[in-house]
Amino acid sequence: MVLRFLLAACALAAAFSAQAADKVKVGFVSTLSGPSAALGIDIRDGFLLAVKLNGGKLGGLPAEVLVSDDQFKPDVARQMFERNVKRDKVDFMTGVVFSNIMLTALPQALDNKVIYLSPNAAPSPMAGKECHPLFFAVSWPNDAYHEAAGAFANQRGLKNAYLVAPNYQAGKDSLAGFKRTFQGQVVGEVYTKLGQLDYAAELAEIRAAKPQALYIFLPGGMGINFIKQFVGAGLSKDIMLLLPGFSADQDVIAAVGPSMAGLFNTAHWSPDLANAANRKFVAAFEQEYKRVPTLYASQGYDTARLIDAAVRDVKGKLGDTHAVREALRAAKFDSVRGSFKFNTNQYPIQDYYVRTVGSDGHGGLVNKSFTEPILKAHGDAYVQQCQMPQ
Amino acid sequence: MTLFLEQALNGLQYGLMLFLLAAGLTIVFGVMDMINLAHGSLYMVGAFLAAWLTQVSGSFWLGLAGSVLLTALLAMLLEVTLLRSLYQRDHLSQVLATFALILVLNDGVRMVFGTDRPLSVPAGFEQPVALPLGLQYPAWRLLIIATGLVLALLLYLLVQRTRFGALVRAGASNRAMASAMGVDVPLLFTAVFGLGAALCAVAGALLGPLLAVQVGMGETILIPAFVVVVIGGIGSMRGALVGALLVGLVDTLGRTLLQQVLRESLPPQWASAAGPALASIAVYVLMAAVLVWRPQGLLPVRGR
Repeated sequence: MVLRFLLAACALAAAFSAQAADKVKVGFVSTLSGPSAALGIDIRDGFLLAVKLNGGKLGGLPAEVLVSDDQFKPDVARQMFERNVKRDKVDFMTGVVFSNIMLTALPQALDNKVIYLSPNAAPSPMAGKECHPLFFAVSWPNDAYHEAAGAFANQRGLKNAYLVAPNYQAGKDSLAGFKRTFQGQVVGEVYTKLGQLDYAAELAEIRAAKPQALYIFLPGGMGINFIKQFVGAGLSKDIMLLLPGFSADQDVIAAVGPSMAGLFNTAHWSPDLANAANRKFVAAFEQEYKRVPTLYASQGYDTARLIDAAVRDVKGKLGDTHAVREALRAAKFDSVRGSFKFNTNQYPIQDYYVRTVGSDGHGGLVNKSFTEPILKAHGDAYVQQCQMPQ
Repeated sequence: MTLFLEQALNGLQYGLMLFLLAAGLTIVFGVMDMINLAHGSLYMVGAFLAAWLTQVSGSFWLGLAGSVLLTALLAMLLEVTLLRSLYQRDHLSQVLATFALILVLNDGVRMVFGTDRPLSVPAGFEQPVALPLGLQYPAWRLLIIATGLVLALLLYLLVQRTRFGALVRAGASNRAMASAMGVDVPLLFTAVFGLGAALCAVAGALLGPLLAVQVGMGETILIPAFVVVVIGGIGSMRGALVGALLVGLVDTLGRTLLQQVLRESLPPQWASAAGPALASIAVYVLMAAVLVWRPQGLLPVRGR
């Protein structure tokens, strides 16, 4: 009798889980305090804007977004993930900015069958050998901006380039990405100390080497310092400085000031991209937050819109993880970046643009994209190594 | 050759800026026996104030002057209200309290000024200037070198030739005795703290156009400043100058000359792996070597 009752209860529970949920719960863990907070705040603001424009709903269901701060600490992120997954029983996890933090916290979601949608970090191993059916990168593969920059240097007919990056894995991977597409000669490749402030010594070497192009991967404050000193050393007249998009984003423009004008950078999105979804996003973001959205904000916004589309397509049956995953893979939403689809490793295939920093017409500076993408429908170099379990 | 000269100038410029930070740090450490981790935060406050005042007044020089004044005032206020009660405590309490101050100041600056602020090189200094021997060097960095040298000289005169300097030196070598001889030690401490903060503000404002003026900039420069203090000898102003110039030169040449030597003497894959690693530890190797050779630092204060 007891056994029967239990069986019935289990059957009921199973039936219930495949029924439409009454709301969507999203766990959002990001870096919202400390020196690197600006990036996480932009992702959050973009995400919440999409929910707000949707009338507080995702896929027709009332949305509950649980926002928490990882304080730039991997172990804190892990605790937040565990709490959101086990106690709050969220349907999706998202939010993390930095790959080292994400990789520490990620098993808490994936091992408990909760889908993680990355609004920023998209490390190469997760695109290749370690690809996972419940992991989606809604941003751009780690190497993509660097590959686009290499392609742009080819297009401009630059014969040689000098490369600078911090001495750690991401620095080496980035320069490898540039070299993958660049066909000219690499005349110098310098790895600096992580967190270095002053680049006078490196700039003196660059002046002596006289390269045509200079490509740097120096995230955060390092890039701001380098750009200021590069312009101050008078090198911008003779050498074309190429940057990955995040080193010439709105936050960097604000910190560097007028010396940013005229610099080239590569990204998958730009505030001036001419599509209806993007026009709506940029106008709404500027109205809501009184600032120009960054790449990070656009990624947060797209992540929420992807969840919205998937929940709508499974008609709210969030218990059926397989169906939800298929709906996410189909990605039936209008991305602010234009064409967007998932590769078999659940990393994006999309276009990349060259952007240049120019006047916004009100005394400020803003990124403007070239109309023709530099890389069209571009995936990543690791997809062959991914044996995605179905 | 010109490349070597340019690198030497770079080392000198970096060293002199470190000196401005280390001078305040070493004197607070030496005179008050106080470990002030928040010293770097005063440098950050100085840079933010300079950027803000430059924007408001339209002149970098007004911004610089205002920032020096306001940072010194803020520091003296902090000293009177908060840090004074820490002098009698052990170093652990001081480290904890001033670390808390770093967090408070970081978030305070973020609330008032935002995460970062633009600050550009003032008009007339944007371009490199031609020096003898065909050398091109950024005008702004030359100005920093000149300012650093002048301030170092002024500090030397202040400490060695004035009554105030005599009191500071007396306080640094024997605090109890100085107090017994009738020196108003609390007032002296407040003045010294304000002076240290003013030097921080000069460094913050001058480096602002070269570096990112952003929250957290103080912590990154605090560590090399401490290395300078330890190399030079705690409490010693001359030691701070010598230590700062050594650190500046070793760091710059380690990043350039050392790499070149390695490239020419080792196989490429070894050189590319060892070079950056060695460059980033060169300064700490120097510190370790100095400590083995002279545990009190290069030019320790007499009587400690």
